[in-house]
Amino acid sequence: MGENVVGRSVRRPDLVEKVTGAAQYCVDVTMPGMAHAKVVRSDRAHARITGIDVAEALAGPGVVAVVTADDIASLHARFGHIIADHWILATGKVRYYGEPVAVVVAETVAAAADAVELVRVSYEDLPAVMDVDAALADGAPLVHEQSYEATGDESFKNLSHVDEETAEPALTNLAHEVTLGWGDVDAAFAESAAVVENTVHFPMLYAYAMEPYNAVASYHEGALSVVSTAQHPYMVRDDLARVFGLPLARVRVTSPYLGGGYGSKSYTKVEPLASVASWVTGRPVKLTLSVEEAIYTTRVDSARIHVKSGFAADGTILARDFDIVMDSGAYADNSPLVMAKAVNRCFGPYRVPNLRVRGRSVYTNTAPASSYRGFGAPQGNLAGETNLDRAAERLGISGADIRRRNLVRKGEEILPGKRGIDADIPADLEMVVESLERDRKDVPYYGIGFGCSASDAGAYPISTAQVRIQIDGSVLVLSGSTEMGQGSRSLLAQVAAEELGVDLSVVTVVQSDTSVTPYERTTGASRTTTLVGLALQRACADARARLRDMAAELFECAPGEVRDLPGAVAGPDGRELSFGAVVRQWFGGSAGEVTGVGLLRRDGATQKMPPFWEVGMVGVAVEIDPETGVVAVDQLVTVADVGFAINPRAVEGQDLGAATQGLGGALYEELVYDGAQLANANVVDYRVPRMKDLPRKIDLMIAERRDGVGPYGAKGAGEGTLNPIGGAVAAAVARAVGRWPDRLPLTPERVWRLMSSD
Amino acid sequence: MSESASEPVQGPPRVPVTVEVNGVSVDRQVEPRSLLADFLREDLGLTGTKVSCELQVCGVCTVLVDGRPVSSCTFLTADADGAAVTTVEGLSDGQTLHPLQESFVDHFALQCGFCTPGFLMMSKALLDGDDVPDRAAIVEHLEGNICRCTGYQPIVEAVEHAAERLRGGAHG
Repeated sequence: MGENVVGRSVRRPDLVEKVTGAAQYCVDVTMPGMAHAKVVRSDRAHARITGIDVAEALAGPGVVAVVTADDIASLHARFGHIIADHWILATGKVRYYGEPVAVVVAETVAAAADAVELVRVSYEDLPAVMDVDAALADGAPLVHEQSYEATGDESFKNLSHVDEETAEPALTNLAHEVTLGWGDVDAAFAESAAVVENTVHFPMLYAYAMEPYNAVASYHEGALSVVSTAQHPYMVRDDLARVFGLPLARVRVTSPYLGGGYGSKSYTKVEPLASVASWVTGRPVKLTLSVEEAIYTTRVDSARIHVKSGFAADGTILARDFDIVMDSGAYADNSPLVMAKAVNRCFGPYRVPNLRVRGRSVYTNTAPASSYRGFGAPQGNLAGETNLDRAAERLGISGADIRRRNLVRKGEEILPGKRGIDADIPADLEMVVESLERDRKDVPYYGIGFGCSASDAGAYPISTAQVRIQIDGSVLVLSGSTEMGQGSRSLLAQVAAEELGVDLSVVTVVQSDTSVTPYERTTGASRTTTLVGLALQRACADARARLRDMAAELFECAPGEVRDLPGAVAGPDGRELSFGAVVRQWFGGSAGEVTGVGLLRRDGATQKMPPFWEVGMVGVAVEIDPETGVVAVDQLVTVADVGFAINPRAVEGQDLGAATQGLGGALYEELVYDGAQLANANVVDYRVPRMKDLPRKIDLMIAERRDGVGPYGAKGAGEGTLNPIGGAVAAAVARAVGRWPDRLPLTPERVWRLMSSD
Repeated sequence: MSESASEPVQGPPRVPVTVEVNGVSVDRQVEPRSLLADFLREDLGLTGTKVSCELQVCGVCTVLVDGRPVSSCTFLTADADGAAVTTVEGLSDGQTLHPLQESFVDHFALQCGFCTPGFLMMSKALLDGDDVPDRAAIVEHLEGNICRCTGYQPIVEAVEHAAERLRGGAHG
């Protein structure tokens, strides 16, 4: 359609900064007079705190202060954007091994670390609930003996299906329950030619963003400034304003380049700890976690899902029933939303005439779980897709045919009243199957598997953007969306250059400083391309309108007589002025600038929720060593159904990255609790994919049908390819060995045992 | 609130070290337990080197000591006394990017970039050797470096491309 800058794999300017070592990450940020914090953590799963003796630690060399819950009792010392249940420092009791009990502030990191060892915390042990069965048992010990006021998060109210009028329930370890359904499931089961049911276990994962959570905070004269690793600086600002009772405008949160996020840096993490330490000491305080501490700060919800589906003899789905139980750990964090999304995403982009889903997010005395790339989709999809493949086997039809029979077509709704599917998913399926079959090997212990998902993506559409046209014609783009590797800094520059008709090299993008860049609700749910992209297009249009008005004054004509040119305007007499010339001449004195503002809300094209559907479409082929159970990935095939790829190489990069993370969870990764604590809270024993694990063939395809609401027909990417990987790997392994696994990851031992079982 | 009058940090006597960092000779007194990564980042302000696992298994903190790649997160600064240390800041001459840097950008071989300094230094050690590495040698050599963003394939391609370019003698 004649675009010049978008749709091309332009070099990302941020990558140049990153290869020289010049790029600044939060961990590189210092503040004048800064002290350093280290956290004293609980060494038991559930215990009453009977005393904290800080005297010896305080006497340590270089120690400035030791902060405990008592010191911050005058603050609203809890956070949590859905349920404000997360105590900044353990108050009265600890709820998991690794929970922060005190913060030591010292002149150096080493001095703080030394003093941590000198803080004596005495406990009285309480019975712990280490898994969901223990937590849901009658008379189970309570992780929380109180209920908490809801924060009324708008996206949460919109995206979950909770009856808000229910009376205060009796206290249990149920953090949150979500249900969804329609039709008469039981009647449909009774009429089904085949009913297939199975249970799957999704492992407890860790995102392992390589830059661990860290923040530097300065509280000074009723204002708080925090630099942090937050994906959503505005959400963190809101939590911090609540903690200190400050106006939003007095809290500044800045997110520089993030060393990975993958959802794990969504919402508030260590910012309150650094902030209260600064509030107590009156000095800027920096807190950097180790990887072990980061694992104990936020992990991924593990899940046990029972699924039962009824089919007609030809494979048509008649009914589906899901029961999802997630282990959400000691604090809710974003798990209620993860659960709401798992409920929406478990049954797949299929016609399901009768549906019943129950999802329960459960408190346990384990590390808190929260968002992870895919938001509940990887958990739910594993159940739904595995069940579908088992049904195909039972009915004697292929995995492709059962999907062809049930996949929704473009425009069909999978959630009643929500946006219809804005993608051609059956066409995407054919691309994957064709690629897999083309390179299928005829060798023993070889299997292929594939899977589909559709995620209600984009989250709540509230985005703003600004463009500032400079006197030399260069352009500043301001956005509150965070650059964490996904490439938004480069992509937004492409959009602005396209809209304004200027060279990409004169556009600079500034992101994620709540006192400088305009509001952005979150950086998640693959939203930036679509929603910030739209806001930015509006900002560019607004800047152009202002420039036309100013040029009309200069040309002494009506604004309607001024025409847009690339990077310039033209008057009725053919006179042309560049953007810079318009600004200079209108203000006079070779100074000034023009700001265009773009605002996006739930309105017009983004009225219907979700803003777009993120399709996941992947296939894998595996070859298994029968002696060892080692699974080699022979093929990885993905389709990015993105509507329009603004930077195709960047889209491929997101897809391969997401698929590789998915392969990690499918084949290698799992956090394992052994008693009160994790047995493998480190990167030695928690194995993530390495270079030798590269699939032998990688086919990354992009489907561009301009069917999204975003700029140029674009939709988001970055999560979709992870979501169906688990189910695809499980099906491939099942076909290679002739037995169905019921859990991930499919480690060599698990596969060997599966092959060797009777 | 519990605060103490701040005192100077005490401990064992400091150790004198002389290290050539990216061609510049540096003399410092460091704590015996000072780690090379902290020395580079905090004492010298060379924050290009990053730290992640702190267990020598992720490769993020890799720097070259006398040309050999080491994990600076677990390497004592005192052990670098008298040695030449090269960090990511020393790869480029300040004007033009090193072929590896150029190739990483061209191949989209990084996203968040946190692991990239380690990959670059590890790759430099490989390309500084006598043999021109093939794909298998690159994969073998970089097995100790973790990247969580890219899925590795673009990194392999970037190093292959840089190796070809260096074989042509384009850059030292």
